[in-house]
Amino acid sequence: MFDFLDSGQYDLLGAFWVTVQLTLYSAAGSLIWGIVLAGMRVSPVPLLRGFGTAYVNLVRNTPLTVLIIGCSLGLSQTLDISLGGSTFKETGFRLAVLGLVAYTGTFVCEALRSGINTVPVGQAEAARALGLSFFQVLTLIVLPQAFRAVVAPLANVLIALTKNTTVAAAIGVAEAALLMKEMVENEAQALFAVFGVFALGFVLLTLPTGLLLGWVAKRVAVKR
Amino acid sequence: MTSVLYDTPGPRAKARNWIYSGIFVVAFGLVAWWALSLMGEKNQLDADKWTPFVTDGQIWTTFLIPGLLETLKAGAIAMVIAIPLGALLGIGRLSDHAWVRVPVGAVVEFFRAIPVLMLMLFGSALFVQFSTVSSDVRPLYAVITGLVLYNAAVIAEIVRAGVLSLPSGQTDAAKAIGMRKGQTMVYVLVPQAVTAMLPALVSQLVVILKDTALGGSLLGLGELLSMNRQISANYSNTIATLVVIALIYIAVNFALTTFASWLEGRLRKSTKGSGAVVGAGDAAAPAAVPTGGGGA
Repeated sequence: MFDFLDSGQYDLLGAFWVTVQLTLYSAAGSLIWGIVLAGMRVSPVPLLRGFGTAYVNLVRNTPLTVLIIGCSLGLSQTLDISLGGSTFKETGFRLAVLGLVAYTGTFVCEALRSGINTVPVGQAEAARALGLSFFQVLTLIVLPQAFRAVVAPLANVLIALTKNTTVAAAIGVAEAALLMKEMVENEAQALFAVFGVFALGFVLLTLPTGLLLGWVAKRVAVKR
Repeated sequence: MTSVLYDTPGPRAKARNWIYSGIFVVAFGLVAWWALSLMGEKNQLDADKWTPFVTDGQIWTTFLIPGLLETLKAGAIAMVIAIPLGALLGIGRLSDHAWVRVPVGAVVEFFRAIPVLMLMLFGSALFVQFSTVSSDVRPLYAVITGLVLYNAAVIAEIVRAGVLSLPSGQTDAAKAIGMRKGQTMVYVLVPQAVTAMLPALVSQLVVILKDTALGGSLLGLGELLSMNRQISANYSNTIATLVVIALIYIAVNFALTTFASWLEGRLRKSTKGSGAVVGAGDAAAPAAVPTGGGGA
């Protein structure tokens, strides 16, 4: 039943490796972009707040598929932006990462912002009353509490991102979902086995992440 | 206006904010200028690429509106099937009997861990092999199957969180007047949980609508996004079409999001209910909270 694994015809590990790489690059990118966006949304400058709010609301309500296909058809094919990728494969991968970062950054931003909102205003007032400067209030009082509150929501964003990397199949990035599409067409007799293998792969990717970060979140949570 | 991070700005802070605003406007302007000039170079700003959306009614009647209807149809059917199924799974997970609770929990966790696209691909192959569904409606069936399997699991978690969010006094009171477990669930807990989770359900509809776009690009469903191929084949205006399609998605989903948060505010304020509301973000569950990641 599982002979399709031995045939050597399908590079299962390779496909999942691409999925993992997409996840890692996009996670790093969305963390940075999310921090920038969150910084804008909580900043005292109204214009920056406005831009942050508009970006988050627009991008969050656009399907990820539209963003990734937009990157492929719009940026790459129409405007000839290849992001420094020399081959079709390389460009597709980078465009997919770009789309994922643009999309996931909004969720990272919202998670971080909700973390800052969990810090009671009294904490900052007390810190100011002690004579701490803005920078000290931020780095010593607010951010440490905020980051500890957002481990669990960020873990959820990371898990969703892992699953969302499958959308890259829409622009032909050779990751797990694209291989699965090919395999369910060729190996029709072993449909359930094929699905089981890919499902197992994703359970193995997402379950440990959730358990580990859930444990971390519990350990670092601020008890109020 | 007191925030955790800053006080109400004084004169110096105001002046500084103006400088930051200025820097931002210049930076944003440069990026916009670069993007627009690049589009101009490739003739993407030409009037004839954008005017069809205003002047040519056919682009709407032949492509965009049928596409949007297909998207809404797939989303609505998936929601209608997934809610009862999810409610059953959610209540099953709260069962006192381990032989119900454990398998249902396993099913819910399994389908929540699998990307919805894989469930759609699986559904499609399933219909090819084990049914006589004709090939022109197969994409719709496959997309709905994937959406139902995934979202029933997500809704199960929402229902569970909804029931758990109710004050325990509700169960105690029901027991005190002699209700059995089943009666407590049916007459006391579920009706209140339904109100509590309405906002989360409406937000979930946004996730479902967004996920239908996967069906268009990988399974050949004739939904809104898939119309970009046909429109740009006729008018060769890829970017304009994608922008318009994205705006339609944003308008529909933004309306739903606004409705959800309006509903949430209303339910929180109302004094009749228990006051418990399962918000979009707090379907308090250990693993992936669906709306926390937003689906695809």
